[in-house]
Amino acid sequence: MSLFDHKLSEIQSMLHKKEITIPDLVDESFKRIAAVDGDVKAFLALDEENARKQAEELQESGKTGILNGVPIGVKDNIVTKGIRTTAASRILHNFDPIYDATVVNKLREAGTITVGKLNMDEFAMGSSTENSSFQKTRNPWNLDHVPGGSSGGSAASVAAGEVPFSLGSDTGGSIRQPASFCGVVGMKPTYGRVSRFGLIAFASSLDQIGPITRNVEDNAHLLEAIVGVDPYDSTSANVPGETFAANLTGDVKGLRIAVPKEYLGEGVSEEVKQSVLAALKVLEGLGATWEEVSLPHSKYGVATYYLLASSEASSNLARFDGIRYGYRAENAENLIDLYKKTRAEGFGDEVKRRIMLGTFALSSGYYDAYYKKAQQVRTLIKKDFEDVFESYDVIIGPTTPTPAFKIGEIIDDPLTMYANDILTIPVNLAGVPGISVPCGFSGGMPLGLQIIGRHFDEKTVYRVAHAYEQATDFHKEKPAL
Amino acid sequence: MTRISEEQVRHVAHLARLAVTDEEVHKFTEQLDAIITFAEQLNELDTSNVKPTSHVLDMKNVLREDKSAPGLDREEVLKNAPDHQDGQIRVPSIIE
Amino acid sequence: MEFETVIGLEVHVELKTNSKIFSSAPAHFGAEPNTNTTVIDLGYPGVLPVMNEKAVEFAMKAAMAINCEIAEETKWDRKNYFYPDNPKAYQISQYDKPVGEHGWVEIEVNGETKRIGITRLHLEEDAGKLTHAGKHSLCDYNRQGTPLVEIVSEPDIRTPEEAYAFLEKLKAIIQYTEVSDCKMEEGSLRCDANISLRPYGQKEFGTKTELKNLNSFNFVRKGLEYEEKRQAEILSSGGTIDQETRRFDEATGKTLLMRVKEGSDDYRYFPEPDLLSVIIDDEWKERVRASIPELPDARKKRYMEELGLPAHDAKILTMSKEIADFFEATVAAGAGAKQASNWLMGEVPAYLNAEGKELSETKLTPENLAGMISLLGKGIISSKIAKTVFKEIIENGGDAEAIVKEKGLVQISDESALLKFVNDALDANPQSIADFKDGKKKAIGFLVGQIMKASKGQANPQAINKLLLEEIQKR
Repeated sequence: MSLFDHKLSEIQSMLHKKEITIPDLVDESFKRIAAVDGDVKAFLALDEENARKQAEELQESGKTGILNGVPIGVKDNIVTKGIRTTAASRILHNFDPIYDATVVNKLREAGTITVGKLNMDEFAMGSSTENSSFQKTRNPWNLDHVPGGSSGGSAASVAAGEVPFSLGSDTGGSIRQPASFCGVVGMKPTYGRVSRFGLIAFASSLDQIGPITRNVEDNAHLLEAIVGVDPYDSTSANVPGETFAANLTGDVKGLRIAVPKEYLGEGVSEEVKQSVLAALKVLEGLGATWEEVSLPHSKYGVATYYLLASSEASSNLARFDGIRYGYRAENAENLIDLYKKTRAEGFGDEVKRRIMLGTFALSSGYYDAYYKKAQQVRTLIKKDFEDVFESYDVIIGPTTPTPAFKIGEIIDDPLTMYANDILTIPVNLAGVPGISVPCGFSGGMPLGLQIIGRHFDEKTVYRVAHAYEQATDFHKEKPAL
Repeated sequence: MTRISEEQVRHVAHLARLAVTDEEVHKFTEQLDAIITFAEQLNELDTSNVKPTSHVLDMKNVLREDKSAPGLDREEVLKNAPDHQDGQIRVPSIIE
Repeated sequence: MEFETVIGLEVHVELKTNSKIFSSAPAHFGAEPNTNTTVIDLGYPGVLPVMNEKAVEFAMKAAMAINCEIAEETKWDRKNYFYPDNPKAYQISQYDKPVGEHGWVEIEVNGETKRIGITRLHLEEDAGKLTHAGKHSLCDYNRQGTPLVEIVSEPDIRTPEEAYAFLEKLKAIIQYTEVSDCKMEEGSLRCDANISLRPYGQKEFGTKTELKNLNSFNFVRKGLEYEEKRQAEILSSGGTIDQETRRFDEATGKTLLMRVKEGSDDYRYFPEPDLLSVIIDDEWKERVRASIPELPDARKKRYMEELGLPAHDAKILTMSKEIADFFEATVAAGAGAKQASNWLMGEVPAYLNAEGKELSETKLTPENLAGMISLLGKGIISSKIAKTVFKEIIENGGDAEAIVKEKGLVQISDESALLKFVNDALDANPQSIADFKDGKKKAIGFLVGQIMKASKGQANPQAINKLLLEEIQKR
């Protein structure tokens, strides 16, 4: 049994009783990485020397706290001073950050130890982590399958037991979908809950950082550590700090659950549907009630998302120009040639596709028809959620229409790939929180249950997720690596 | 009917400062055309009276106090620069 | 054919906040390259902007001073373009909700006043600075992120002279609000001009050209004059004007083609997702409005009505708040308004021009200037001595009266002392006495000169004149 099979509170208790030390935890992490990462390929960079040094220092310091001394992996689009940060892009292959993201500072305060940086789809654009410039991460449950994406490395590393938890980022499902594919717990918090300062922007109005863990309780602890208003992020919300973990009562009596018919409709596999219906039965057994509702505009989510996210991305990624940092093409004839070669050689195809789509949607003569139209539909999608939340406490459905697909299966078909995010995207567009928790298996691959809450009501989302988790055993399953 | 022509793709690639080969132009035109065609399903919706959403949260007036602090050391500024000279970042001449 | 000239100006003014618009880096001119930046200014991956409250207030203040309506809600947008001085490859600017709109500035040309409309004033970030080094260009990002307001005039300007007057007035107003130094030589005020010609009576505008590299108000005027002539020649010979950007060449006084505009540039403006709107309520508006000092036109009126200054004096003095404030303080310290005005329009600027200094770099104070004016008024010093005293107080400071005493510069009015000078001069110049008696009145002037020389300028000239006439009769 691995130390990381224990939840955080147990790990802290073992540390307290001196059954283990912080260096043991870090050692466990690097041993496991050495053993399995050759197959899983979750990590892009390791910081072993520093991590071991920090472990010694923390052990000495006598500092305590629920996260203290616990190793963590960080998605490679979160900036870490002193650890190369690439967003899995060739254009940042040599980028050595000179500052830390706000979440990284918060983790340091909480006492976690960053062991390394996790693979992802380049600039978080993708649903399979196949779009990394450097390597393809594989699903620990079946190495022929994708781990999902874009936070594929974050989900796979936790599922593979390389770290007890990790940070991911979610723009259209990039935490929840890989969490679902890898059988772990992934939370996309309310937009504005976690500072984006130091998160390499993909789509600024949608991006959120969130935790990926083995269980709901740990997830709540990790989120507590990273939330809060940040003077460096104008869009971070000034809402009172909350204790999510202390609220995990297991009680869902009287909870009103909405199940959108669109989330169990066309394109959603039969096994996925059955697993969700079974989960609803479990919650009913615990005293909750559920009804079918409609999110009538959710079917427009994917189109809306690709227009908005790509437009913002076309601008956000313009700074990667080979001037101040990162890759610069050689043998450029002049300035414009330098820009064009650098960006053509530095970006992968999916990134180029989205930059071009976004540039087109914002360009003169097309703005109203595409970008503004998508912003208007976003308003309608947001309103759908508000309407449902007037009468219900949470919305429940599957995280993804199908379990993890095979590597290479749909990489050349952008639209099919995009359809993967059909159930997660509306949540980002509405800015509400959503979690994915394990709810079954299909063909040996994990399935995820998505629980969606009101703005800033992560507390209820966690409570429901935890009650369901405690009533089932799916989270106890581990991949045979 | 195609939504985007190869000529438009070349123009967009120029605006985005991406060098593209003829082959890429061909491929991207096909793919972008499919995506834009797909996106046109939004036209099924009448949004004439709908306000666009730029920010999902209703927050306003987030302002910082006008306090200054020393800037970065120049060594740090230049640390990641592909090319520099005399403390400045060097690029091919802007004069064509 | 006779053409009417149509000119519109775009003026960029840097705001003198302590820190930059989106970061805490110092927003000061003149530092070593790349020492006043943060990761935010450099557009590093992951950084976000946070709006400087003072920058918004300064923009409001400037907008109010040029009579703009202030937006109830203002927001920022991204203007996308690639250039090495633009680190994010987008400039955070304002597209459809600028801080101020629909303002005006009143100018006076050839004794006639005219209102020039202001289309808008918006708040944006300045770019870095590029210099050329052979085959390369070098980027200094110190200026990146300095708050900047762009003020766009209506095409109401009809002559290069009006353009000049508009800029002088605008500069004076902005300086009065103290939101900017408006120093063209440091780039804290920059101007581009659009100019087109049309036959008199035609409503539609002609094709315009945009002039850049206008590094002084004088060059704006010269550039526009050249361009006016150039366009008129082309149009008169049946040609057409191309929509293009032209550069003013200081050496030749000509405008030269920079680039032809291909349609309008596609900047792909869209709302900045990293910044929130700013709601400006009445309370905030009034608070900022209350901080605006009396502006040049109001002061000019007051100087004429209350202090009795001629219009010309009042206009010149109020062109700079620094001079106007100095003038008022000098009057408050006891100097007569006209006397203070004469010095501040005469000897003071002459000295500053000759030395290449700013008033604030000298030791002159309203108190020592008033003291000197008072000594002059009381006849304690002559105007000749006054010039010596002035040089002393502007260079080394100190109290005028003390200097006069210490250096023995007091005017000699004592009759017995003066008599000696007079008789010495008469003794030494018998020819002058003879000339005078022959009716050559000019001989008196020569004798006065000799006495002033002998007394080192301290003899009271009026008294000398009187004594000379008396003594010469006795001979």
